[in-house]
Amino acid sequence: MSPESLARMSNVMVYSSMLVLTFAMFAFAASFAGGRRRVNSAAVESTRNAGGTAVITKAVVVTDDPGRRASNIGISLTWLAFVLLLVGVVLRGVWAGRAPWGNMYEFSITAALGVLAVFLIANTRTDLRWLGIFIVIPVLLTLGVAVTVLYTEAAQLVPALKSYWLVIHVFAAIICSGAFTLAAATAGLSLVRDRAERKAGSDVELTGALVSRIPSAERLRSLTNKTLAFAFPLWTFTVVAGAIWAENAWGRYWGWDPKETWAFITWVIYAAYLHARSTAGWRGNKASLIALAGWIAFLMNYFGVNFLANSLHSYAGVGN
Amino acid sequence: MTNLPPMSSTGFLRWVWRQLTSMKTALVLLFLLAVASVPGSVYPQRGVDPIKVRDFITKSPTWGPILDRLGFFEVYSSPWFSAVYLLLFLSLIGCVIPRVGVHFRAMRSAPPAVPRMLERLAGSREVTPTASAEEVIGAVAGALRKARWRVVSGPADSPTWVAAEKGYLRETGNLVFHVSLLFVLSAIAIGGLFGWKGNVIVREGSGFSNTVTQYDAWGGGRYTNAQDIPPFSFTLDKFTVDFERGIAQRGAPRAFEAEMSYKVDPTAPVERRLVEVNEPLSISGAKVFLVGHGYAPLITVTDKTGKVVFDDAVPFLPQDGSFTSTGVVKILDSTPQLGIQALFLPTAALDDVLGPHSTFPGPDDPALFMSAWKGDLGLNTGKPQSVYRLVTDKMTKIGLEQLRPGTSWKLPDGSGTVTFSGYKRWASFQIAYDPGKEIALIFVALAIVGLTMSLFIRRRRVWVKVVERDGVTVIQLAGIMRASTFEDKDIGALAEDLDFVEQALQVAGVARGIEKEQS
Ligand code: HEM
Repeated sequence: MSPESLARMSNVMVYSSMLVLTFAMFAFAASFAGGRRRVNSAAVESTRNAGGTAVITKAVVVTDDPGRRASNIGISLTWLAFVLLLVGVVLRGVWAGRAPWGNMYEFSITAALGVLAVFLIANTRTDLRWLGIFIVIPVLLTLGVAVTVLYTEAAQLVPALKSYWLVIHVFAAIICSGAFTLAAATAGLSLVRDRAERKAGSDVELTGALVSRIPSAERLRSLTNKTLAFAFPLWTFTVVAGAIWAENAWGRYWGWDPKETWAFITWVIYAAYLHARSTAGWRGNKASLIALAGWIAFLMNYFGVNFLANSLHSYAGVGN
Repeated sequence: MTNLPPMSSTGFLRWVWRQLTSMKTALVLLFLLAVASVPGSVYPQRGVDPIKVRDFITKSPTWGPILDRLGFFEVYSSPWFSAVYLLLFLSLIGCVIPRVGVHFRAMRSAPPAVPRMLERLAGSREVTPTASAEEVIGAVAGALRKARWRVVSGPADSPTWVAAEKGYLRETGNLVFHVSLLFVLSAIAIGGLFGWKGNVIVREGSGFSNTVTQYDAWGGGRYTNAQDIPPFSFTLDKFTVDFERGIAQRGAPRAFEAEMSYKVDPTAPVERRLVEVNEPLSISGAKVFLVGHGYAPLITVTDKTGKVVFDDAVPFLPQDGSFTSTGVVKILDSTPQLGIQALFLPTAALDDVLGPHSTFPGPDDPALFMSAWKGDLGLNTGKPQSVYRLVTDKMTKIGLEQLRPGTSWKLPDGSGTVTFSGYKRWASFQIAYDPGKEIALIFVALAIVGLTMSLFIRRRRVWVKVVERDGVTVIQLAGIMRASTFEDKDIGALAEDLDFVEQALQVAGVARGIEKEQS
C-alpha cells in the first residue's frame, strides 16, 4: 500500500469508528431512558436436607429490564468502534513508521482507544453497561476535537522524542488516561446518585427516576476506588518513566517544566484520594470530589500544557 | 480539629506532634502541595528561563516585583513551597516511624486467639470431623503453615483450635512505599548538594576540557568541590543535522549527530563515540548531553593597515525555529575599537514586515546581515558584558551590509574590511553529575513495588475450631478480612481461603465435605 492510501485508510477508520460510536451513544441513551431497572424483591429458595440441620439459602434476583437490549447493542457497537479505531491507530503508526503518538492528534486518537479499551475490558469483569454513555460521549468529543482541530499529517519525530522510554511512558500514560476517565465517570455519578439517595431517603424510592439506572453510590465509590488503585501505581510508573526519558534527553530527570509540574500535581491529588479513603469523614463525597480533581489535573496536562509555548514537551505539532 | 490544645508545654508539644502526624493533616498537606505547585506552571521560572522572568518583570512594573518578592518566579525553592513539603515529610516521618515499630511487633506476635462465637462471623462454615480433634488441628495447622500463613494452635496439651493470619506484606508494602519516598527526597537532596551541571558551546573541530572556566555556565551544589571535577576532555569532530523537508512540520529537526572523540583524562587513550539526543556520553560518572546546536559564521576582520585583527568562527544564537541567528564580534585591539552586530540566516529572505529572516533551518542560501560600529566597546569599565550583545552607548554606526559566503565588505569609512568566508556548526552540551540519581531510581522502584503490595495484598485471618455441640462434634471454620482496597470482593476472597482449609481437611482425610453453609 502506498503511504497516501495508508493515511487515507487510517482516517477512514477513525471516522467510521466515530460513526459507530455515535450509534452506540444512541443505544446507551435509549437504554437509559427506555427502561427502568425493576428488581423484584429477592425470591428466596430454601432446601432442607435429610440431616435436618443444613440450610442452603440462595437469593435469586430477578431483573426485568427492557433497556437491557439497548445497552447490549451499545456494548457491541462500542466493541466494533474499538476495533475500527484500533485499525485506524495501527495504520497511522505504520504510515508514520513509529509508535502512533508523536503529536497531539495521534496522542488523542490513541488515548480515545485507551479509554475504550479500559472500559470494555473492565466491562467483561463486572457489568458496566450503565456506564457506557458516560464513556462514549467523552471519547466522541476527544475524537471530534482530534479530527477537526488537532489533525496533522504524519511526520517523523523530533530527536528528543526518539526514545523507547517515550514508547513506554506514553503507552502507560494512555492506559492511565483510560482508567482516570473511568474513575472520574464513576466518581461523578456517585455524587449525583448520592444526592438522589439522600433526597429520596432510601434506595427503594428511586425506582423510575433516571438515577435509578445507575448503581448505588456505595458501589460507584467502590468502583472508583478499584480503578484508581490500579491506575495510581501505573501513573507513578508513568511519571518515573518520563523522568528517565527526560534525564536521557536533557540531562536532568526533573526540571519543573509545566508538563512535569502537572504530572506531579495529578499524582499528589490521587495520593490525597487514596488517603481520603481511609480518613474518617472523607470517605464519601469528598473522596469522589478529589478523584474528579485528579482527573481535571490530568486533563490540564493533556490539553492545557501542550499549548503552553514554554514547555519543552510542547510537541502538539498543531498549526504547522 | 475540634480538640483544643492542652496548656502545659510538653502537653502542647505532644498535641502539636499528634496533629502533625494525623492522617487528616497529611491529607491537607498533600492538597497544599498540589496547590503550591500550580504557580510554577503559570509564571516563568528563573531556573528554566531567566530571560522570560526579566521580561515579565519589565512588562508589569507593579506586580512583577511583588510576585518576585513572594517567590513566584522561583516557586520550587521558595520558602512557602519548601515549608509545605518539609512539613509533609516531617508528618511522614512522624507517622511512619512508629508504624514500623508496631508492624515489626505485629509480625512477630502470634495471631489473635479464636473469637468466642465463630458461627456469628459472616461466611462461617461447619464440617464434620472423621478423625480426632488433635489430628484435625495438626492437619490444618500444617497446611496453613505450608501456605505461608502465620499459625498458632492451642491449648498446648490437646489442641482444639487454630488461629492463622496472612497478608502482613500489605502493611510492609505500605511502609516500604512511604519510607522509600523519604529516601527519594534524600537522594534528590544529595544530587543538589554534591552534584554539578554546566553548559558549553563547542564548535565543530574544537575541543573542550572539563574545568569550570571552560564552561559558559556552571553551577555546583553547596558541597561540590569545583577543583575536583574529573579531568576529561573531548573534541567535536563532526556535527550533522537533518531537518524535515516535507510539507508537514517543515523545518522540524529530524536528527542531530555529534561525532566526538574523548579522553577520560589527559594521559588516557582517545576514544570515539557518536552522541545523539537521548544518547548521552558517560565519562567518569558525569554525562554529556547534546542539547542544542547552531551556526558559527567564519568572520575575518582586517584593520585599516590590512592587519588581521580578528579571524574566527563565531557562535551565533538561534532566535527562531528557522535558525535566524544573532551574534556579535568585538575587536579590542584596533583603534578605534570595532564592533559588529550581525544576523546569520541559513536560508535568507528579506521582506518588509519581518526584515531579514531565515525561512528554513538548513543552510540552503546562507547570508550574513550586519551593522558595523566603531568607538569604545565599554569593556574597560570592568562591568561584565554578555559576549552575545554589543553595548553601543559609546559607539557610532559605520554602516550596514549583507554578505554571501566568500564575499567581503570594505567598511565605508575606511577603518577596515570584513570577510564572511563560510560557516561552521556548533553544538551545545549540558554536562551533569548527579550522585543521587541512581539512589533515587532504586527507591522509586522500591516505592512502586511497595505501593502495589499495599494496594493489592489482603490482610486476613482464619480460625478453625473443633467443638462439641448437642453431642455432635463439628469443625467450625471462619475468618475475617481486614482493610483492603476491594471491600466488595472480600467475602469472595474469604470464601476462597475457607475453601482452601476445607480442602486441606479432606485431603488429610480428617473431615467430610460441606454440610452447612451460612451467610
Ligand atoms: C509524601 C506524601 C505522601 C504520599 C505521596 C503518600 C501516599 C500514599 C499512598 C499512595 C497510599 C495508598 C496505599 C494504600 O492504600 O495502602 C498511602 C497510604 C497511607 N498513608 Fe500515605 N502518603 C504520604 C504521606 C503520608 C503521611 C504524612 C502519613 C501519616 C499521617 C501517611 C499515612 C498513610 C497511611 C496510614 C496509609 C494507609 C491507608 C490505608 O490503609 O489505606 N501517608 N499513602
